[in-house]
Amino acid sequence: MKTDLIIIGGGPAGMAAALAAYEKGIKDLLILERDKELGGILNQCIHNGFGLHTFKEELTGPEYAVRYMDMVAEKKIPSLLNTMVVDVQGGSPCVVTAMNREQGMFKIEAKAVVLAMGCRERSRGAMNIPGTRPAGVYSAGTAQRYVNIEGRMPGREVVVLGSGDIGLIMARRMTLQGAKVKMVAEIMPYSGGLKRNIVQCLDDFGIPLKLSHTVTQIHGKERVEGVTISKVDDKLNPIPGTEEFVACDTLLLSCGLIPENELSQGAGAQMDDMTSGPVVNAKLETTVQGIFACGNVLHVHDLVDNVSKEAEKAGEFAADYILNGEEDWGEAVRPKIAEKTKCTLPEDRDAGSQLICIGCPVGCLITVNKNEDRTLAITGNTCKKGEAYARNEMTAPVRGVTSIIRVEGGSGRVVPVKTAGEIPKGRIGQCLDEIGAVTVKAPVKAGDVLIQNVAGTSVSVVATGNMPVAICL
Amino acid sequence: MYDVIVIGAGVSGCAVARELSRFKLKTLVLEKESDVCEGTSKANSGIVHAGYDAEPGTLKAKLNVLGNRKMAALSKELDFSYKQNGSIVLCFDEKDRDRLEELKARGEANGVEGLRIIERAELLEKEPNIGDDAVAALYAPTGGIVCPFGITIALAENAFVNGVEFKFGETVTGIQKQEGGYLIQTKQQTFETKVVVNAAGVYADQIHNMVSASKMEITPRKGEYLLYDKNVGNMASHTLFQLPTALGKGVLVSPTVHGNLLTGPTATDIPDKNEKETSREGLGQVTQKAALSLKGIPGRQVITSFAGLRAHITKFERNGAVSGAESKEMSDDFVIEEVPDAAGFIDVAGMESPGLSCAPATGEYVADIIKKILNPEENRDFVSTRKGIINMSLATEKERHEKIKENPAYGKVICRCEMVTEGEILEAIHRPLGATTTDGIKRRTRAGMGRCQSGFCNPRVVEILARELGVDESEIKKSGGDAWYILPFEEER
Repeated sequence: MKTDLIIIGGGPAGMAAALAAYEKGIKDLLILERDKELGGILNQCIHNGFGLHTFKEELTGPEYAVRYMDMVAEKKIPSLLNTMVVDVQGGSPCVVTAMNREQGMFKIEAKAVVLAMGCRERSRGAMNIPGTRPAGVYSAGTAQRYVNIEGRMPGREVVVLGSGDIGLIMARRMTLQGAKVKMVAEIMPYSGGLKRNIVQCLDDFGIPLKLSHTVTQIHGKERVEGVTISKVDDKLNPIPGTEEFVACDTLLLSCGLIPENELSQGAGAQMDDMTSGPVVNAKLETTVQGIFACGNVLHVHDLVDNVSKEAEKAGEFAADYILNGEEDWGEAVRPKIAEKTKCTLPEDRDAGSQLICIGCPVGCLITVNKNEDRTLAITGNTCKKGEAYARNEMTAPVRGVTSIIRVEGGSGRVVPVKTAGEIPKGRIGQCLDEIGAVTVKAPVKAGDVLIQNVAGTSVSVVATGNMPVAICL
Repeated sequence: MYDVIVIGAGVSGCAVARELSRFKLKTLVLEKESDVCEGTSKANSGIVHAGYDAEPGTLKAKLNVLGNRKMAALSKELDFSYKQNGSIVLCFDEKDRDRLEELKARGEANGVEGLRIIERAELLEKEPNIGDDAVAALYAPTGGIVCPFGITIALAENAFVNGVEFKFGETVTGIQKQEGGYLIQTKQQTFETKVVVNAAGVYADQIHNMVSASKMEITPRKGEYLLYDKNVGNMASHTLFQLPTALGKGVLVSPTVHGNLLTGPTATDIPDKNEKETSREGLGQVTQKAALSLKGIPGRQVITSFAGLRAHITKFERNGAVSGAESKEMSDDFVIEEVPDAAGFIDVAGMESPGLSCAPATGEYVADIIKKILNPEENRDFVSTRKGIINMSLATEKERHEKIKENPAYGKVICRCEMVTEGEILEAIHRPLGATTTDGIKRRTRAGMGRCQSGFCNPRVVEILARELGVDESEIKKSGGDAWYILPFEEER
């Protein structure tokens, strides 16, 4: 087999790279994806907060993925699903060796390759947390897959280690599905997540965030029975005497992501110790001829919007290389890495009058005072959203809800959903009970209304992803 | 009525069972856990020792050298991973050279072949990353590495297809002598047998004490290990031991048969026979000591840590004398014998290091004892070979292609890190003594044993197990018991 361009990975990076290369005139291209559908990890990130830059609106992960999948489908860009790449070699041509059920082992020659394999989570072993080795220690992403893709619950009483956005989001997700999240522990003196996620994922549900704390021992012979939490000093070493036993049956780890570069290394690409990704030049080409890299395989991104943007460039550069041939490689350029979020909520915040806005990732601190005429004086917001949020929050707080609904006869078990608008905070429980009681029939398309007037509101629950009918082989 | 009941499905018990299946004997293996290889056999160094450690004349010395010699042929016959990579005992101080010579002499007395003292220059040739302080070493070309799960599962499967029965989840609670044999009581039921083999690992003292007046005490000796990514598996090619010094026994650094790097173990005597916790201190100690042997082991390449228990006999009252580690006058040896005051009851106790290396010889040694008691007929239908599960990641492209064409399940990768396919997982479930837990799948196929430690494949393996075993996913366990992964539907919101 021969093609002009192979993109390894059909997540946000792979799809954006493919589309950009297509626009540049590369019509003979192929996406290789190891999962059964395109979209990558976005498919299990059913929460809101994606697409502000790319689409100028807030989307859930599956919605963001569906937008790209639709574009890929529209351009008829071919992809091979359930296909694992086992080897990549650069040069002219590049050779990709892959395997799947239908074709067995096969080789494809391509003029260029874009690496877009994404990243994986740091495991318990990689963090070297001592203790026993029971069931119930999950990386946040594994738990997320169980809850949002398999529709199953991986535990009842949960401790989350790591307060990056994934940890915070999973603390809320587990809570919404009925688990008791006892705390989120964070070894740093600040959270790595967004302020608004601390508010809407932890504060909303009364989940404590323990900064400068880490898990120092895992207990339980068969299933997790608890963890020891210790305070750490400014060198991040546990302080003896501060140990606290927290009973739980589940420990979720959200402690960082590692670019998945086994293929890049197999191709002989030089690696950058700092990013854990391959070394690239200004055109995102690795040190191996014809092999480009983008997205989380290059370095871990905070925002999917940035992944898409970088991947578009990689797609364009790869197209350029295919059309115009190799230039001088030039010099290595380390991708610009956004400084890590270091977030603390002001400790002396007066909960009665001061709010963190959850309208966007900025997280403005808004002060609300009552004027003499009983109107509200709102200060500290930097946009109109903030004013509306503060007004609501002081009078009748509202939230959007994302969850899943069971599907019968689909290729998967559940479809992601969201409330089409915000509902009163006090109705979240009822909303989730109604969502849990429903089973819909496949096929489901993103945007389908699945429940009307949820929890006695005028808001409906709509699908945010597609669920085709199961194909029996 | 059984002819023989073996208590314990670790490597020793399974080796005995397999040897017994060469004869027309009705044999049963009782195991308290849900699978074979759930105790000491699953968490150890995976080393096939050359045989220079033990005192000449001991069972440890004799069975080690014999086991070592048999390992290569056995690994071919039963298709498990084994490699004779050679062992090196490092000496870090000129003053300790005598001890290196002593070790060599002891090895030679035990019949170990090819032992040689090598100097730093040769050491560097063999191991370029060797620690700066290593001045000389004992080189033992017959030392090797083996997959501890691979050998145990292979022995068990082969025993099973040759007619040995296995029962899991059976904890022995009592044994009574009766006319012509023993009555074995488990939590669930009672079994009658002519001969008992006590291969109960760290619990062998409890089983022994059920029938004998000479009391035995086993104190588990915990060893903590660190396992490193395959990226650094080639940092060492030999197994590197440290010459014991006044400061302690040292730790080993070794490649594994699967291409990882392994460091450890610590040695802590603990009272609890079921305590396998790793500790910050223990793992720190391993890291520190391993750095002496090999330079630049990158801490961030650790993929997991674990602890295992060695069955160390601390006390054994025999013939009026007390032996075991507590007494200096008697050697610190395995106890493999027909118990003098319990005819037909055979101890295979104190099987600490080099128990794994000895297994091929232990099986024969115990079978010989039983042959004298029961005088069995040969089993003419005995099949001596066993084919393991194909390892797709190691197969050639052509082999892989053909396998996928034969069965497409071998084209679907489930564990990305170790590149384990659905076909391999299905084999693991449906072969003799098939896996019923995710740990069972892991030890048979390596799914979940890689750098992401099952983060990616766990939900998929659970799904396959549930589908193939015809149960709900909430019933799939990590290792039996209460090791559940997900809640039953009824408990969900």
